[in-house]
Amino acid sequence: MSESNRSGINEFIKNIINLPRSSSDSFLRGGLPVSDRSRAAVSANNFFLHIQGAKTHINTLRPTYTFGLGLISLYLLLITIVSGVLLMIYYSPSTESAYNTVKDINFVVFGGRLLRNIHKWAGEGMIIAVLLHMARVFYTSAYKQGREFNWVIGIVLLVLTFVLNFTGYLLPWDQLAYWALVIGSNIAQSPKELTDIFGVTKFFDIGGFQKELFLGGLSPGAATLIRVYLLHIMVLPIALFIFLGVHFWRIRKDGGLAVPETFAPTPKEQRFLSDAGQKEELFAPTKTYGLMAIVPDRTPAVDHNDVENTMMSWPHLLRAEVAVFMLCLAGVVVYSFFIDAPLKELANPLIPENPAKAPWYFLGLQELVSYSAFMGGVGLPTVALLGLALIPFLDREKQYVGIWFSNRQGRRVALASLIVGAAVLIGMLAFTVNFGWFRNWWPDIPQLIIVAINPGTLWVGFVMTWSLGVIHLSGSTRMGAIALFTLFLISYLIFTYVGTELRGPNWEFFWSKSQWPVH
Amino acid sequence: MLEGTFFKKWISRRDFLGLASLGAVVLSSFTALAGILRLTKPNVYYEESKKFKIGKPDNFPVGLVKNLEDQKIFIFSGSDGLHAISKICTHLGCLVALTDTGFQCPCHGSKYNRQGKVIAGPAPRPLPWLEISQDVDGTLVVDAAKEIKAGTIFKV
Repeated sequence: MSESNRSGINEFIKNIINLPRSSSDSFLRGGLPVSDRSRAAVSANNFFLHIQGAKTHINTLRPTYTFGLGLISLYLLLITIVSGVLLMIYYSPSTESAYNTVKDINFVVFGGRLLRNIHKWAGEGMIIAVLLHMARVFYTSAYKQGREFNWVIGIVLLVLTFVLNFTGYLLPWDQLAYWALVIGSNIAQSPKELTDIFGVTKFFDIGGFQKELFLGGLSPGAATLIRVYLLHIMVLPIALFIFLGVHFWRIRKDGGLAVPETFAPTPKEQRFLSDAGQKEELFAPTKTYGLMAIVPDRTPAVDHNDVENTMMSWPHLLRAEVAVFMLCLAGVVVYSFFIDAPLKELANPLIPENPAKAPWYFLGLQELVSYSAFMGGVGLPTVALLGLALIPFLDREKQYVGIWFSNRQGRRVALASLIVGAAVLIGMLAFTVNFGWFRNWWPDIPQLIIVAINPGTLWVGFVMTWSLGVIHLSGSTRMGAIALFTLFLISYLIFTYVGTELRGPNWEFFWSKSQWPVH
Repeated sequence: MLEGTFFKKWISRRDFLGLASLGAVVLSSFTALAGILRLTKPNVYYEESKKFKIGKPDNFPVGLVKNLEDQKIFIFSGSDGLHAISKICTHLGCLVALTDTGFQCPCHGSKYNRQGKVIAGPAPRPLPWLEISQDVDGTLVVDAAKEIKAGTIFKV
């Protein structure tokens, strides 16, 4: 009896001693991997790791191919989620207390100001990261060969990023928030400009409907703040998660990131490749498949696996991901430590800010809106987003996937579009600033003409003409797409710069903020 | 029997039932969506009345320009009577300021003359002239929800 008793206790003590080991083994299903085979098993068996493949193509891991921009967008999103949930502990979405609770967060709550800054800057950082990510995907032709759908999902995610930032900007209920709401809700109402011209507003007031839907009333107030709050913390994040899920799932299903057909590893990269013996073991067929049907056309996931040039995701991809995350977090925290998120006076419906400026990422739009509310706020953004979404369906050339700027011609088209586009746009803006527009010359001009012909629509006309011209001259739709996208980027940049830096009180032109008149 | 053959030629029973059920799905989804959208539109707005008293006519001597901040209107008193002009810019809803020649919007640079007519900037419509009436006790009432023809003067 004493014999068996002792051995039972021994066993128990041994189990306690082995607890760290056995729990980590159960977490990883079989302990830390030692061979490529077990590394692959970890990737496949772990819930979080199985989102990515067991092996990753070397091209995907080249920092100069992706610049980690998709990852950065994701990590900034994670940072906003955590910081946002923490902010919700103190924030209260009512017009009486919203401003005070934000002030509390800024000045009373432990770490509150840093937290709010982190939330704000990570959110705005997402805009930059998502735009750059889109540019990377575009210029490397990674929207082709089965990835067209994911490009469109990406456009949806871009829009959600913008709207999430905008709704977040409204929550503090300060002067910035209030007047952004006034302007935003009137942009929602701006189709009225068109229905008024055609005299059908009485029967079909889509503008008024949108405004009331957004405001929950006729002017911004308590009902509005609740709606905006609900959008910001619930509706939009859920939509974002769903589309993000589809986005990631499609990356896997579309065969990972795009890889150029001419890919060859550099000598330095060679040593990371799995050696031949292990390859045998790793890719020995362990499953059998029934042939269900023969489907015509290519499937990117199978076609271009290029198994030879892959590396184990554990640890190579994982290490890169953790490194990017640490850099992201450090960047956001350091920036937030030094730079405060703005908070103006309490919302005052009687005194508009002068100038009443939107957050910087919308100031390009605000410049467009200052020509025509409907065109700048609704018409042209819709055209731009549609144009971006249609790119993969209008450019179906299959070459140069995964190669920056396709080829020498592509680089030249991009550079030429950049220079000519910037010159034309700056010239046009300089003209508008100096000489005004139609109404300054002919005060009685019908509104329809101003809606149809203003610097914004003329610019879009130029972009289309230039891109079609490039397609005509080069005989390649890809070159046209490069021209179009480059012009889109440059116009976002220039319009945003003009709206942010060069517009002052009464939306008049100033070379710098120091020249603004003092009131 | 006649009907049977007609329908048989036109569409098979299987297709008819399939299409009908598809139609039912679409119809009920859209009805539900319409209901959800309708729910978001409040039946009652808890907002201040758009109609307000501005005092007796004696408070408005000829030549006076009164800036009613809370109501967001300007009252102009001329030799022939009164008129009220809304301060809300027709472009994107900021509040215009009074200048020597008319009105100026701080947000996107719209300019109006004294009659509220757009002379520069993106505003699509002139500033609305608002209806003035007189209550039984003699006080003047402005209805900011009622736009009237520009140039209509209220004679006291």
